Amino acid sequence: MNDTEALWDFEITPSNNLFDLKLKDVWHYRDLLVLLVRRDFVSFYKQTILGPLWFFIQPLFTTLIYTYIFGNLAAIPTDGLPQPLFYLAGITAWNYFSDCLTKTSTVFTANAALFGKVYFPRLIMPLSIVVSNLIRFAVQMVLFIVMMGIYWLQGASFHPNAYLLLFPFLLLLMAFLGLGLGMIISSLTTKYRDLSFLVTFGIQLLMYLTTVIYPLSVVKKKYPRYEWIVTYNPLTSIIEAFRYGFLGKGTFTLLSLAITTLTTLCILVAGIIIFNKVERTFIDTV
Amino acid sequence: MAGAIKVEGLSKAYQLGEIGTGTISRDLERYWAKIRGKEDPFLKVGEVNDRTIKGGDIVWSLNDLNFQIEQGDAVGIIGRNGAGKSTLLKILSRVTAPTRGSVKVRGRIASLLEVGTGFHPELTGKENIYLNGAILGMRKSEIKRKFDEIVAFSGVDRYIDTPVKRYSSGMYVRLAFAVAAHLESEIMIVDEVLAVGDAEFQKKCLGKMGDVSKGEGRTVLFVSHNMAAIKTLCNRGLVLSNGKLVFEDKQLEAVSFYQSDQNNRSVFEHKGDTSSAPGNENIRILSFYIKPLKGANISISTGLTFEITFFNQKAGINLDATFELKNSDQIPVFHNGALITTSNDSKTGVYTVKGTIPEYLLNAGLYTFKLIFGENQRYALFSVDDFISFEVENESVGSNSQLAPGVISPNLKYEITFQH
Repeated sequence: MNDTEALWDFEITPSNNLFDLKLKDVWHYRDLLVLLVRRDFVSFYKQTILGPLWFFIQPLFTTLIYTYIFGNLAAIPTDGLPQPLFYLAGITAWNYFSDCLTKTSTVFTANAALFGKVYFPRLIMPLSIVVSNLIRFAVQMVLFIVMMGIYWLQGASFHPNAYLLLFPFLLLLMAFLGLGLGMIISSLTTKYRDLSFLVTFGIQLLMYLTTVIYPLSVVKKKYPRYEWIVTYNPLTSIIEAFRYGFLGKGTFTLLSLAITTLTTLCILVAGIIIFNKVERTFIDTV
Repeated sequence: MAGAIKVEGLSKAYQLGEIGTGTISRDLERYWAKIRGKEDPFLKVGEVNDRTIKGGDIVWSLNDLNFQIEQGDAVGIIGRNGAGKSTLLKILSRVTAPTRGSVKVRGRIASLLEVGTGFHPELTGKENIYLNGAILGMRKSEIKRKFDEIVAFSGVDRYIDTPVKRYSSGMYVRLAFAVAAHLESEIMIVDEVLAVGDAEFQKKCLGKMGDVSKGEGRTVLFVSHNMAAIKTLCNRGLVLSNGKLVFEDKQLEAVSFYQSDQNNRSVFEHKGDTSSAPGNENIRILSFYIKPLKGANISISTGLTFEITFFNQKAGINLDATFELKNSDQIPVFHNGALITTSNDSKTGVYTVKGTIPEYLLNAGLYTFKLIFGENQRYALFSVDDFISFEVENESVGSNSQLAPGVISPNLKYEITFQH
């Protein structure tokens, strides 16, 4: 019997390194990531007649309602942009963040049955959520670009510019922010369910503190004393920069983007640490 | 031979009770202790996990386990319900972390704790094979290579493009087991999966498990209450009791150790003062014996007797004793009363009631007795749940050592005629 300690493949111990993401493990399970994304996509429209068309219908109708209520009834200015375009830009970006957040925030509770039976790197689950929402987002971006084309042909005035290059970076920021916040919430809800109630209406309230249905310029003009609440919301500068890149109107500075980036990274790191800690034993308390 | 699994000082504590507002202060206290580098204040009381005894909030489901499993061994893990078997498997399959101690592992572990988890009802059988395979840690190319084999083993090829929500539960399980069984892992953990599926499929699964451990030289950990299966499939046995390893040897020795231990549990004898015996001011139970009608162990074909001796303090009533037998699924098998006195003439003193359960009545499994002492078959004088338990051993029927489904196991007579 040779008991050479070095030959053991892995060791199961009470606690692990909080920063150890087990990326090697995650890489080994990359096929699972792809299959989970596929599952989300396919099961979304199974047994429906309109199928993937549903990806378009939701933002389209939301835009319609927003144009009616906020644009016409409340007459909130839209920085001089065509109202549907303005709202659709906001909704598309906001949806990506909010979908990532809401889905990740239930990752432990919703998958408890699966997590309780088999081991795989738990990080795969939130990652698959971010990626499958990315597909959804891409489809909705197509809708947005088609809308831009229609308005362009009609001669509406908007000016896409070099800030478009920030787009992938903005996307990454939204994904990380949704992922980080979602992981913190899902980790905390394994023991105390209170937070899950907060998510559903909190995300709605957060939307009104973000420049989805109004531009930042209006807040600055109308409520100069409270505009900081909206300005320091990390999502505001993402959406404003997004609109600026595609439509040429938006209020953001590179400093505000830098602050957003820093906040996002802090939240992501905190999320990963908490997630890693809870992942080990959550099945005992969930 | 090299070690495949080495378990050192493994312990796992669970917190009992509900999680609510009260637990947050305890969590903070625990966290505070951790910051100062102190021991968790709530883990100090080392309680033994005996579900029948009330105690503190923390229970040690596993307590300082040490053992090593060699590569290629098929190890049966035996123990009563609550002995810690499932917790051990959960830790080994990395679903939950231990509280103390460590496990060193060589090779990949695949666990069939409950097959079919991760199946998505809307996806087809084919899509689920891929998804489930990936969940279990297989690469896509690996699944592709084995796809035909998996489908053939499961026997559901006709339905492979149908969503699994339309499958019968048997087909579902077969497909799930087929995926898991084709996993190329060095160590396989199997927990009672064989309790599902029809007899033919069970046989197929046992055969596959036998191939895995004997032919392919992989390590298998097998948890089951089916002693016959453990005897044929395993070559070693571990007996757990209340979270501790109490016996470790060849599988036959382990099974017989466990069974004799079980038989000891089928005996209750009160020693000492009558007033301290279990009971109340009406009834005190002095002894309870359960014995096979023949042989040393109770099995399907032996039948058994149960004999209770108690001290009665209610004179001049209609006294009766009711025996309720439950199986391990908590299904009452019978609820049967013995009329001790019928004309209001019970006496203060010691009564003995002896009952017989004939052979070929009870199926194999673990049973518990509930006792109810009554007056006039209406008023309960004293009742006690799960007073004593015993096990009926399984027997092979023909070449099949599988546990047959069903609450009873009658020995029916068949007449067979042949024409033409």
